[in-house]
Amino acid sequence: MISLELYNYWVVIFLMMAGFYTLIVSNHLIKKIVGLNIFQTSVFMLYISMGKVAGGTAPIAAEGIETYSNPLPHVLILTAIVVGIATTSLALALVIRIKESYGTVQENEILELDHISDTGPQA
Amino acid sequence: MSSINLLIDIVLLTMLVFTTIAIVRSRSLFAIVMLSGIYSLLSANIFIILDAVDVAFTEAAVGAGISTVLMLATIGITGYEQKKRRTISWIAPMVVVVITGAVLVYGTLDMPAFTDPSAPIHQHVAPRYINDSPTEVGIPNMVTSVLASYRGYDTMGEVIVVFAAMIGVFSLIGIREKKSEPIHAEPPARPILQVMAKFMIPFIILFALYVQFHGDFGPGGGFQAGVIFSVAIILYTLTFSQQDAMKLVPPWVLKRLASIGVLIYGGTGVVSMLKGGNFLDYSVLAHDPIHGQHYGILIIEFGVGLTVACAMMLIFFAFISRGDKNP
Repeated sequence: MISLELYNYWVVIFLMMAGFYTLIVSNHLIKKIVGLNIFQTSVFMLYISMGKVAGGTAPIAAEGIETYSNPLPHVLILTAIVVGIATTSLALALVIRIKESYGTVQENEILELDHISDTGPQA
Repeated sequence: MSSINLLIDIVLLTMLVFTTIAIVRSRSLFAIVMLSGIYSLLSANIFIILDAVDVAFTEAAVGAGISTVLMLATIGITGYEQKKRRTISWIAPMVVVVITGAVLVYGTLDMPAFTDPSAPIHQHVAPRYINDSPTEVGIPNMVTSVLASYRGYDTMGEVIVVFAAMIGVFSLIGIREKKSEPIHAEPPARPILQVMAKFMIPFIILFALYVQFHGDFGPGGGFQAGVIFSVAIILYTLTFSQQDAMKLVPPWVLKRLASIGVLIYGGTGVVSMLKGGNFLDYSVLAHDPIHGQHYGILIIEFGVGLTVACAMMLIFFAFISRGDKNP
């Protein structure tokens, strides 16, 4: 059962790497932000997975319940989600400004306009 | 974890993996944004299975709601097409990602098994919260106790981050107020949507207030309530027009209310200092420490809700006023 015991963590790593890959490869700035969001949500998943206790329930005190899941990761991630939307909206505002200044949101075209080649240092 | 829950967990995680693959492979930006909304909704379901009801609530409202709307507003401005990149190959990034992933997987082999009650994370700090917070703070929802009382400093930091992000968005794009009066066509432009929205908005606001003030006893709190409240206004903006919405909630009022929210939070801390306690120690706010905690949590949650709701509405207004056409 080793595979199921660590299945959550492995999915988290897959999501993290998929987000990372999107961030590197994609040429469109908004797709990069989506990649960053996937990366971010995978970290949320990691924390919440670690907080789960076998036989536990949601951490709201009630009669006749002995085991609760760990509330601490929940608090950290709850606030992280709200900070996440704050940073995402800041990133999207930057994208809008880039579109207005450069007329494009394709990374290679922005680099060309800045006279930086994206294949390496210019000869 | 019962086997049926484990099964649901595995199925949802697998769906999440497929959604991610679709996002990575897709070229259409509209599809990518909608898929990322689905991704957030699936994550919210997984959070419920993993007992994190407050987190699931927030993720559903923020990830699937607001962030999808903001991204749609942005691609309405930047355009939907994604051009192919000529030069870069996918091999080098793939190698980097696979190696990093392999190292991380190697790291997980030392981790305690999923749901293991004897894992180190459950041995320190958390037992105190679980065992003592219902009597010490006096409210059943431990997440709210930790969020608002034990770790009140952190939460104040988060509220200030949201406020700072709002200021950042304003200094980058700002709200362009149109001088023209709202147009009221007869019959209305989108009759079915407008009538249904009018019907739904009061219930959304009522639900937001319930989430705000019932957060001590059930899942919910200021962050979720603020986002849900702003969703009501966003729905109004999308079905009517931006001018109508800005007449209903003028940005200059929202800006002041957002600052007042932060002030309420910080002010509660200062008041508790003046009454002889530590910063954000609510026990001194009333004669009875438990009552003091109740008051303190209610007041700071109200501050959080006010700031988050106003900041989200203002950020949304800034985004849609930037596009010439309505999104």
